Amino acid sequence: MTAAAMIRLDAITRVFHMGDQEVRALDRISLDIAAGEYVSIMGPSGSGKSTLLNLIGLLDHPDGGHYTLNGIDVTTLSEPEQARVRRTRIGFVFQSFHLVPRLTAAGNIELPLMLEGMAAAERRERVEAALKAFDLTDRAHHRPAELSGGQRQRVAIARATILHPAVMLADEPTGNLDHRTGGEVVALLEDLHQRGTTLIVVTHDRELGARARRHIGMRDGAIVADET
Amino acid sequence: MKLADTLSLSLHSLVSARTRSLLIVLAMALGVGAVVVLTALGDGARRYVVGQFASLGTNLVIVLPGRAETTGGFPGAALGQTPRDLTLDDAQAVGQLPDVRRYAPLNVGAAELSSGGRLREVTVLGSNAELLPIRHMELAQGRFIGGAAQIVLGNAIAQDFFPDGRAIGQRVRLGDRRFRVAGVLTTQGESMGFNTDEIVIIPVDDAQALFNTETLFRILVEARSRSAIEPVKAAITHLLKQRHDGEEDVTVITQDAVLETFDRILRALTLGVAGIAAISLAVAGILVMNVMLVAVTQRTAEIGLLKAIGAPAATIRQLFLAEALWLSLAGAALGFMLGHAGSWLIRLAYPVLPAWPPAWAGIAGVATALLTGIVASLLPAARAARLDPVRALSGK
Ligand SMILES: Nc1ncnc2c1ncn2[C@@H]1O[C@H](COP(=O)(O)OP(=O)(O)O)[C@@H](O)[C@H]1O
Ligand SMILES: [Mg+2]
Repeated sequence: MTAAAMIRLDAITRVFHMGDQEVRALDRISLDIAAGEYVSIMGPSGSGKSTLLNLIGLLDHPDGGHYTLNGIDVTTLSEPEQARVRRTRIGFVFQSFHLVPRLTAAGNIELPLMLEGMAAAERRERVEAALKAFDLTDRAHHRPAELSGGQRQRVAIARATILHPAVMLADEPTGNLDHRTGGEVVALLEDLHQRGTTLIVVTHDRELGARARRHIGMRDGAIVADET
Repeated sequence: MKLADTLSLSLHSLVSARTRSLLIVLAMALGVGAVVVLTALGDGARRYVVGQFASLGTNLVIVLPGRAETTGGFPGAALGQTPRDLTLDDAQAVGQLPDVRRYAPLNVGAAELSSGGRLREVTVLGSNAELLPIRHMELAQGRFIGGAAQIVLGNAIAQDFFPDGRAIGQRVRLGDRRFRVAGVLTTQGESMGFNTDEIVIIPVDDAQALFNTETLFRILVEARSRSAIEPVKAAITHLLKQRHDGEEDVTVITQDAVLETFDRILRALTLGVAGIAAISLAVAGILVMNVMLVAVTQRTAEIGLLKAIGAPAATIRQLFLAEALWLSLAGAALGFMLGHAGSWLIRLAYPVLPAWPPAWAGIAGVATALLTGIVASLLPAARAARLDPVRALSGK
């Protein structure tokens, strides 16, 4: 373990209860990830990849262990403080895009800025810049239903990066896309990594997983491989 | 998140779910509209009654022969004696009392009015010139000073007998006596079942001669002020007891007492009706709660997403409360307009009923709608705020 770790998981356990059945989705996981790393997490379905990513993204809480992010034990933060960390330091990209269907592309990208309480004029500027950066300018006023899968994921990435988070978490980002479009999306994510963002990608796709500098393998809630 | 953004984002969700929003707004509007219309009706009835009394006169004290308190039978019969009649002398004595501004003796009867071959049975009031100001009657033409053989015609009678409008100075016969028309009343319509358009007024002496009587039907007294009403009433009772050999054989009523009773009853009625109408708002509240709960379920994934991109629970709660606020505001505004339109229709259909919704009813209706909407959405909003983001994202 390095002292400079940005993300430090220490014996993290997450247990789900299904009736009287107990599922150990994460079983005493310890893991350090430094700022600027590019990590892929692979493993069979149900091995706990998503649960791990959700925990790192503060969407879920461990039943045991400690999680320090930039030296702060985040499990002790209050709910609004955790929301603030999610808003400003972490970006999420999901397999199923998760765009708000009644908002336009621009409206979806604007959401984090609105939550942050930014003034409307500055929001407009930032959204315009993001639309341009992700080649969505001519799609600004389209709703998600009027966009292709690749365009939707680009909107989702633009939304996740609009506040320049230090960590990008992607859960099967190419899972709903064809090969070529998936490649474009991966290129966008890797571009972010090039510019210093810590990138953690959960994937089934061996080819995509292999592109990362560091490969973590999971099985039954435990880390079974960690190679660079 | 800024308040303006919370409001605009929630408004945007409502506009997207158009049918659902309209349904709630309509339910709210009907509740508020019902409160406004029903209070307009109730208060209109109150004002109608109060107006009818007010048209009888201001600070009015009425003296009538006989004791009203005597139980059963003819007043005074319980004491085995006929009550003493009211006389013109009684009236003049009452008129001398302090705090009495005006008084008018009153005789009432029916007689045949004839002129130029026309003949008609009319109600005859015998009084003095003060009757007109006391009873708030006005002359359209002429002047009435109560001089012998002067007659004032009700508006409808004047038009009937003198369609050319030149009634003043004309001679008429009332019973077997001759009169000269001194004035014509303005049209006043019916008040308290008494149509002043269909009466004639003659001096009280002439009336007593016409009906061959010495007694009076009433003495009408106007007190100097509202606060003088009770002292005047006491003074009259005392004076007439003295004049009638220590016998309290007259009844003195004030219009205020009757008026206040009616006013109280009708106010209570209006409040009660408003309360019943407000129940429909409670029903609207339950509808709001249901529809909001459904909305939270339908938008679970969206709530999860908002949490994932950093919305704290408080923001989620505020977004849903803001939706309820918009719905209630729109419902209240629409209901307010519906209520006023309804009241206007009632006034159009029944012009005699001043069916204006009182200001408090509008305010109370709108406030109740807002409160109902907010209270009904507290639970759905709290449920949305509490959602677990991971489960919510998967739509569970
Ligand atoms: N909310 C939940 N309730 C119950 N069990 C869950 C829940 N979320 C995940 N699990 C279980 O935890 C295990 C790990 O799930 P997950 O992290 O989604 O796996 P992966 O993403 O690797 O496919 C699985 O057995 C899954 O069934
Ligand atoms: Mg998964």
